[in-house]
Amino acid sequence: MLNLLVSIKQVPDTTNIRINPETGTLIREGVPAIINPYDIYALSLANFLKLRYGGKITVITMGPPQAVSALREAAEFSADKLILLCDQKFAGADTLATSYTLATTIKYLEQIDKPFDLYLFGKQAIDGDTAQVGPGVATRLGVPIITYVIRLEKLDPKKREIIVHKKVEEGIEVIKAKLPVLITCEKEVVSVPFSPVTEIIRANKVNPEIFSFKEPISFDSDKVGLKGSPTRVHRVFTPELRTRGKILNLEEEGLEKVINLIVEILKEKGIL
Amino acid sequence: MTKENPEVWVFVEEINSQIKPVSLELLGIGKKLATDLETKLGAILIGYRIKNLASELFSYGAEKVYLVEHPVLSYYRHEPFRDTLAYLAFKYKPDILLVPATPLGRDLAGGVATCLETGLTADVTELAIDKEKRLLLVTRPAYSGNLMATIICPEHRPQITTVRPRVFSIPEKRKQAKGELIEEKIDLKEENLRTQRIGFIPKERVVNLEYAEVIVAGGKGVGGKEGFSLLQELAKLLNGEVGASRLAVSAGWISHEHQVGQTGKTVRPKVYLAFGISGKIQHRVGMQNSDLIIAVNKDPSAEIFQIADLGIVGDWKKVCVALIEKIKRERKP
Ligand SMILES: Cc1cc2nc3c(=O)[nH]c(=O)nc-3n(C[C@H](O)[C@H](O)[C@H](O)COP(=O)(O)OP(=O)(O)OC[C@H]3O[C@@H](n4cnc5c(N)ncnc54)[C@H](O)[C@@H]3O)c2cc1C
Ligand SMILES: Nc1ncnc2c1ncn2[C@@H]1O[C@H](COP(=O)(O)O)[C@@H](O)[C@H]1O
Repeated sequence: MLNLLVSIKQVPDTTNIRINPETGTLIREGVPAIINPYDIYALSLANFLKLRYGGKITVITMGPPQAVSALREAAEFSADKLILLCDQKFAGADTLATSYTLATTIKYLEQIDKPFDLYLFGKQAIDGDTAQVGPGVATRLGVPIITYVIRLEKLDPKKREIIVHKKVEEGIEVIKAKLPVLITCEKEVVSVPFSPVTEIIRANKVNPEIFSFKEPISFDSDKVGLKGSPTRVHRVFTPELRTRGKILNLEEEGLEKVINLIVEILKEKGIL
Repeated sequence: MTKENPEVWVFVEEINSQIKPVSLELLGIGKKLATDLETKLGAILIGYRIKNLASELFSYGAEKVYLVEHPVLSYYRHEPFRDTLAYLAFKYKPDILLVPATPLGRDLAGGVATCLETGLTADVTELAIDKEKRLLLVTRPAYSGNLMATIICPEHRPQITTVRPRVFSIPEKRKQAKGELIEEKIDLKEENLRTQRIGFIPKERVVNLEYAEVIVAGGKGVGGKEGFSLLQELAKLLNGEVGASRLAVSAGWISHEHQVGQTGKTVRPKVYLAFGISGKIQHRVGMQNSDLIIAVNKDPSAEIFQIADLGIVGDWKKVCVALIEKIKRERKP
């Protein structure tokens, strides 16, 4: 039996984000919210491990009230317990405050139930791409961390050991670790399984619990949200464009002329 | 003696006793920041049997090198590296800490910032000092890269940021530069560590996008894997690498290592050839520092033309195929 924790984030489906050219602000309308893709891989891995070894999956997320829908979707990966950390006081958190809030919640859950064996995080959240929350939470929990995991080679619940493959710049490291451990998941870690209909029906019965700033945990108000975030946005501006050069139309100029021009440039730069 | 200002530090990433170029780039920008703050530049060298690298760090501008050597540190692991760096920072209280935004550096920085309970800004594109307030001004893409934001960390120290390879350039090497070597001992025991590397599978070929002189990049407009084979052929003829937009990567036409942009790599080749790439801001932030940009796109209003030195409105394939033929013809004896 494994006790698994998955931490997910709801993010805007940012591939379609647009900017209002007049005001320079973000057009938020019509941008759908999704579960951070890397967190889906973490959920899938948890689902796989539960099927294989049995156990329990707890999913937590910190976000606005609408993040409940992310948890409902997460339930389809056979999650048993869903927790939304939602409070005005949590808003505006940078990675330091986020990792404090998540780690404090995890410690509380371990206290009222039992310790987790594995903490599964996404490699990074696509809205900020910081990849800092996983290492931050591991540090606060005092557990080892393995980032950029692409494969779980072995898990031995008796010996309390896992062997994973971790992506590094020069190749792949094979790492053996003692449980409990926090891992951050890459895309390759598991293929997203199809949720069977029974899972979807069951998922509808798992109701997310909402934790506020006050209940059931008492957080340190100096460490959450904007107040607990050491970094501040000082100024926001639209990036400057480089000056544009020559624009030619292929049909009008003819292929040969264009090719000659490119070759000339490549020669000038010492490439050809 | 007057009290010295708190230092600017650079974490040095090395592999097999080779300093990674990004560490030197950080020494370059670190030196500028240190000059503005009237303080010294320190390089942090953590590992095993790497003392000999100190002189190279001095020659690239470091005035002090803090060295920690231990067999446990012979390869990178989060916990001992994090605790060592946090210990040093706790003891010497630097003002600024720059860490490479490589997979290793990102893994490390998040833990160190948490240990020190301070602010961390990832993937900066610009660094400057507000001299009056003695604050680091960190600029990075925000709101999915559609806007730029300048971030500050007013009340916590050190101010930590991660910086990608190729955002800054390598400073000039000074001959016979000297500095102060500070060796620190740390009590570490292998038995206390809960992770262990038991194997390593090297990559067949490391895609060296960041330091390539020519990049032939393709986007959604290239249409598929076959298109990328053509780009590969051209890249090979030019001795360059293939780059890609995120949409081409997420379509599965080419692996993520080739992605250029906010969530890919930052590059600055001599020539960047963009085929069928629209040039959205998230792509541009990764390649706009290229010396020269040539773009082919059939849409005359494509954003890539706003930054291209030579823009060609037309079908990418015609241009690519003709270019390959022309180069081959010229090479034939
Ligand atoms: C948080 C975030 C991070 C991101 N990070 C990155 C990143 O790191 N890198 C990145 O690239 N993107 C990134 N993106 C995505 C980015 O916003 C764009 O969606 C992406 O760059 C577009 O890719 P593209 O130019 O290939 O595709 P499109 O925008 O679809 O453009 C395809 C272009 O091909 C042209 N075309 C079509 N057929 C032909 C033809 N036959 N000949 C010539 N031209 C043709 C079209 O006119 C069009 O301009 C990110 C987005 C977000 C929200
Ligand atoms: N608000 C949040 N709630 C729960 N988990 C989060 C939150 N933010 C980040 N995470 C987790 O941390 C990972 C890395 O996020 P980031 O550091 O923001 O790139 C994500 O993939 C999630 O697993």
